[in-house]
Amino acid sequence: MNRFEAEALDCRRGGRQVFKGLSFALSSGDALILTGPNGSGKSSLLRILAGLLPAAGGGLRWNDRPLAEDPDAHRGRLCYLGHLDAVKPALSVAENLAFWAGAGSGGANAGANAGSREAIGRALETVALTHLIDLPARFLSAGQKRRVNLARLALGPTDLWLLDEPATALDVETTGRLVETIDSHRLAGGMVVLSTHADLGLGTARNLDLGDYQAGTAAGAAGTAAA
Amino acid sequence: MNGFRAILVRDLRLALRQGMDSIMVVVFFVIAVVLFPLGVGPEPNILARMAPGVIWVAALLSVLLSLDRLFQADFEDGSLELMALGPAPLEIVVLAKVLAHWLVTGLPLIIAAPVLAVLMNMPADGFALLILALLLGTPALNLIGALGAGLILGARRGGVLLALLILPLFIPVLIFGVGAIEAAIGGFPARAPLLLLGALLAGALALCPWGTASGLRQALE
Amino acid sequence: MLNYFANPRRFMKLTGYLLPWMAGLTILMIGVGGYLALFNSPPDYQQGETVRIMYVHVPSAWMAMFCYTTLAISAAVGLIWKHPVADLAARATAPVGACFTFLALLTGALWGKPMWGTWWVWDARLTSVLILFFLYLGYMALNSAFDDPGRGAKASAILAIVGFVNVPIIKSSVDWWNTLHQPASIIRMDGPTIHGDMLWPLLLMIGGFSTYFGWVLMLRMRAELIAGRARARRQLQAER
Repeated sequence: MNRFEAEALDCRRGGRQVFKGLSFALSSGDALILTGPNGSGKSSLLRILAGLLPAAGGGLRWNDRPLAEDPDAHRGRLCYLGHLDAVKPALSVAENLAFWAGAGSGGANAGANAGSREAIGRALETVALTHLIDLPARFLSAGQKRRVNLARLALGPTDLWLLDEPATALDVETTGRLVETIDSHRLAGGMVVLSTHADLGLGTARNLDLGDYQAGTAAGAAGTAAA
Repeated sequence: MNGFRAILVRDLRLALRQGMDSIMVVVFFVIAVVLFPLGVGPEPNILARMAPGVIWVAALLSVLLSLDRLFQADFEDGSLELMALGPAPLEIVVLAKVLAHWLVTGLPLIIAAPVLAVLMNMPADGFALLILALLLGTPALNLIGALGAGLILGARRGGVLLALLILPLFIPVLIFGVGAIEAAIGGFPARAPLLLLGALLAGALALCPWGTASGLRQALE
Repeated sequence: MLNYFANPRRFMKLTGYLLPWMAGLTILMIGVGGYLALFNSPPDYQQGETVRIMYVHVPSAWMAMFCYTTLAISAAVGLIWKHPVADLAARATAPVGACFTFLALLTGALWGKPMWGTWWVWDARLTSVLILFFLYLGYMALNSAFDDPGRGAKASAILAIVGFVNVPIIKSSVDWWNTLHQPASIIRMDGPTIHGDMLWPLLLMIGGFSTYFGWVLMLRMRAELIAGRARARRQLQAER
């Protein structure tokens, strides 16, 4: 049973206070859905949780140990999925995924054979792209590239998924598969934090509206995560 | 170590598949050197006197030219942030990318250099030292240049800025690189400038990955 | 201690007291030192009257290196402890240091013409100071190259720290390589090799240049802080 807590996070970008006093706690199997208007800091929060962006104030704890003590271990236990697809057009789909299995986010726990053809094939099954495994990625459409990037989630077991608008450019069917993947990840004891504008239909997920934590709003000072 | 090899192999593969880069850098190198006999005149003695310096300056500019894309592509398509979150420390990522870049753009320069030395009428005593000095010097140039490329990521007017930042830091390599060749041509021992080149390489190896990695971290914030 | 002065309001108050003192000391020391240097010190037995260039050249060369050291230290403090005032200090130091470096190069050239018969030689000391000048320019360019000023401060701080390797090279260049430039004559293990009548005006000029640097640095930092406040007020207006 893992526990991931954020306490009184502040975020400043370019001299502007983005959000303030944001706290939440997650344990194994939990999902947290970030909502809020544009510019309310959903992507910034995910980047703070990933360790890419230092918070202007507050702290993060994993199993009651501050993350700042061991950032390397944190990188090893998370899989981050940003706005950009990070798919190299000159490499085939399999080569792209094999590289991320060895050197990318989520690659630490992936194990020696995560880059093997079988493992990549299994990962591609979760996004229904098995038939394109050897196609150079330059022939993929935007949605297919997004799906290749999503396949990284299935490459190795990681405890914490941080997904920034994962459903963008996905069709209804693939969105359904994504929800299934997330559900099975949660059943296996993983955690998910994701930002979205559309309702994905995740069961028993908690909502965190970043609009409540803007500088100047009353809730920002005293608020905690709404259950 | 796994991450290092994966990045090295990927960058080499990318360079080979879409790789005009390495050819363009060598062609630029050759053209830059060839401009000198045309500009200064074909007098063999003058060319011979200038040869080591001209070849080094051209090599330096070629390295500079090749550098501004070093992290740019990975930065733009999001690969860099995934590598920053990967198992290998960012310093190792930087080292792997610089090594791949040197293999693709630095080695061809070294292979082309003796041919250009012949065109420039350089005395034969200097050839071995030319290659040796370039072998020690170009990796140092790549490491220093990576630092600049990391720092300017996301800046306005990146290319010109890179030249402004990096060329002054290239000067020591240039001085000792040329010094080694001229010593050999003049019949003096080239040990001292070669050792200094080695020291520059060792220093760059220790300092530059750290600086580059912190530059990249800021670019990713 | 550092934390104490990192508070912008306290900084404004403290520098408000110090500014007139710095200005007074600068005028006094450069005035007296300049008078002594021009009218009351002996001409050199080899160099004649041209030696008087030294009273500007040596202090500016000193300040060129001193400013870079200040720049590198404040950059490091700003990078490691994230003190906003340290970033300000670094940004405010760079143009001043660049001017001192330019002055050192210029007076050096003016001095070199009668002494060495040439405006410029490519020896180790001159070349390394020229590189220092380029480093200042690079620092300033990088600092202002980003839309987010915080990013510019950090990127240029790294450059400043890496470029600091040049400072010891400048310092020892006259000892490591045989150069036209004369070796150090004030700070030596066996005491200064320069006559007292020349040493005093030189020391006064160095002191005056240093307080001038302190004065201008404070002025520039105050101006930046005030400009920052004005920006913040604009932003508040925009958000209202």
